[in-house]
Amino acid sequence: MRHIISLLMENEAGTLSRIAGLFSARGYNIESLSVAPTEDPTLSRMTIVTSGSDAVIEQINKQLNKLIDVVAVMDLSDGEHLERELMLVKVPAAVAASEAFKRAMAVFQGRFIDTSNSTCTVELTDIGVKLDEFLQAVGRDQILETVRTGASGIARGERILKL
Amino acid sequence: MELAGELTGAEITVRCLQEEGVEYIFGYPGGAALHIYDALFRQDKVKHILVRHEQAAVHAADGYSRSSEKIGVALVTSGPGITNAVTGIATAYMDSIPMVVISGQVPSTMIGEDAFQEVDAVGITRPCVKHNFLIKDVRDIAPTIKKAFYLARSGRPGPVLVDIPKDISFQKTTFNYSDPVVIRSYNPPGEGDMNQVRKAIQLLMTAKRPMMYSGGGVILSGASAELTELVRLLGFPCTNTLMGLGAYPATDKLFVGMPGMHGTYEACMAMQNCDVLIAIGARFDDRVVGKVEHFNQVQRKIIHLDIDPSSIAKRVKVDVPVVGDLKRVLNQFLVELRSIKQKPNAADLAVWWKQVNDWRFKGGGLKYNNSTEIIKPQYVIEKLYEVTGGDAFVTSDVGQHQMWAAQYYKFIKPRRWINSGGLGTMGFGLPAAMGVQLINPGATVACVTGEGSIQMNIQELSTCKQFHLPIKVVSLNNRYLGMVRQWQEFFHGNRYAESYMDALPDFVKLTESYGHIGMRIDKPSDVEPALREAFSRKKDLVFMDFQTDPTENVFPMVPGGKGLSEVMLDPNMPHPEVEDL
Ligand SMILES: Cc1ncc(C[n+]2csc(CCOP(=O)(O)OP(=O)(O)O)c2C)c(N)n1
Repeated sequence: MRHIISLLMENEAGTLSRIAGLFSARGYNIESLSVAPTEDPTLSRMTIVTSGSDAVIEQINKQLNKLIDVVAVMDLSDGEHLERELMLVKVPAAVAASEAFKRAMAVFQGRFIDTSNSTCTVELTDIGVKLDEFLQAVGRDQILETVRTGASGIARGERILKL
Repeated sequence: MELAGELTGAEITVRCLQEEGVEYIFGYPGGAALHIYDALFRQDKVKHILVRHEQAAVHAADGYSRSSEKIGVALVTSGPGITNAVTGIATAYMDSIPMVVISGQVPSTMIGEDAFQEVDAVGITRPCVKHNFLIKDVRDIAPTIKKAFYLARSGRPGPVLVDIPKDISFQKTTFNYSDPVVIRSYNPPGEGDMNQVRKAIQLLMTAKRPMMYSGGGVILSGASAELTELVRLLGFPCTNTLMGLGAYPATDKLFVGMPGMHGTYEACMAMQNCDVLIAIGARFDDRVVGKVEHFNQVQRKIIHLDIDPSSIAKRVKVDVPVVGDLKRVLNQFLVELRSIKQKPNAADLAVWWKQVNDWRFKGGGLKYNNSTEIIKPQYVIEKLYEVTGGDAFVTSDVGQHQMWAAQYYKFIKPRRWINSGGLGTMGFGLPAAMGVQLINPGATVACVTGEGSIQMNIQELSTCKQFHLPIKVVSLNNRYLGMVRQWQEFFHGNRYAESYMDALPDFVKLTESYGHIGMRIDKPSDVEPALREAFSRKKDLVFMDFQTDPTENVFPMVPGGKGLSEVMLDPNMPHPEVEDL
């Protein structure tokens, strides 16, 4: 099953490779991984999207907790949570001007953020599957370039991951 | 500006070792570590043992830790120094041995430029250390080394590496070692949850076929006395894994021997057929439970006591986990058991013991066909046990000899059996024995080895000479990489691919050339006299080259991929039929 795991870690060189190394050494899946410092600059927050049996997910949580630089781990999938992913898409100006593209932009609430003589770049923020749908709506052969951040996650309501 | 009382990073490093009460460190110098060596030279509290290969430095530090409650320390240079040390670090990591490794690194200004003898030490060791550090500021040296010692010894222990660039080891700052260690992300467990303890005890009280299975964790936690008391209080059969031997006295009748691939018949059968299994500081290793699917075919409840939550439910489902430091958790069990005054059902237990003893009878204990013609390796270990009064520190290498030592030397105390269980590192035995001998001066230290393994670190005979280490090397020389040969005989149609050890040296002359005493023993009748002679030489290292039966196999054996009750017994020995469950 797909799980989205959130963790706080020391904002230090090497922490990221400890986590990435753990996943590759133990053969766990990483669908996406996103990380950046928090309001407390000594801490970084990471969101990992992974998948596996319940036993594997339990091990992933325990193994992450065991890393000395990991301060706190929360499996967001244990409760209600929100997910968002940012995507930038560059298309030819002609595609951007098409009615179909504009419709897709309206449906998926995209924003135009850059244009040049021949290209146009848009920004979308949503859950991963919605971004997939947008790409499908536009059509793969119409797209020049796509970049996605991977999901960031946060629990709903009072559930908080903080030191 | 230089303040009075400032020390260099190298001096600080050595001061830290002094503060930690480190008496010996094991190492090998090189460019990046030279300031540290210079600082060592200018003091006399920390004594440096110069090994002949960095792998041996780490194994020696490891043996030092395993045979005491101290932390072994190794010091190596950058590049090839640290890469040579990696096998030793991984060996310690797999067996959760506390250790601090200090490595020199190229100057911080040159890191990333493929400098001479540069290697990413932190990167290379990351998967096989509990934690590691690259020092970036001289002011970090003391707090980091303090952290390293704390991390190494606390919680589930393990090796910790501190990598110190050369320029930083020569920068100066003031020395302060008094600040306590705070690591906000690290809180090793203490006591177990009392509710879980009670649940576990209830389960134990209802068991009809209970079994106690303890591993290296009990030894690391110093909980042998508590374990022993608990086993006696409950009267259940008890097994110790390869890593846990000596935690419960092997001479006691409640002890059913070691479980697993080369465990006793009764331990394997009891593990498989029990209805409540309590695992204490053990991790259901594949060499212990065999094929997990087969193990899971039997319905049983599992209680698991461990300091590391990630060891629990990693390979088997656990019904009652108790996370905590085993010494404290076992004490909680003892206190609770005494207060509830409930006892296991005596009638059920008697039926179970009858079954276990039947298995014991069928397995025939650990027996082999002795010979008057050719030396049987098991016989050597039996005599070693007798001659040393069962009270030696025994290190071993990896192979058949290791299994025979584990089977036939009846360990009655913890920290006496020193072997590489998790990684299975050939070449471990002799350097580990050096560490054991240094921290236990005057003690009898034997290294049981094979002619294959000993050649992986035989250069250490030189270190033993320099530092007067009177280790007794018991080499079971079967002219084969015996364990490999055994697998080839059983599973590869007798095709002995590269397992014959051709062109062996004359070990007697070799040992003599290092300045020690060598003995070659060919006849069974000479085994005991040779051992007596060797062990009476308290001041000398004696290398005993026993010419043993090259065809001997280790039994019982649970072949890889098989289940515990599929254990093979020695086909050349009688095995009476008994009723099985
Ligand atoms: C460093 C290393 N390389 C390879 C092996 C695989 N291996 C396991 S046992 C063994 C044979 C050991 O031979 P020897 O030391 O002569 O002992 P014996 O089995 O004959 O008692 C080998 C090669 C290992 N455990 N460690």
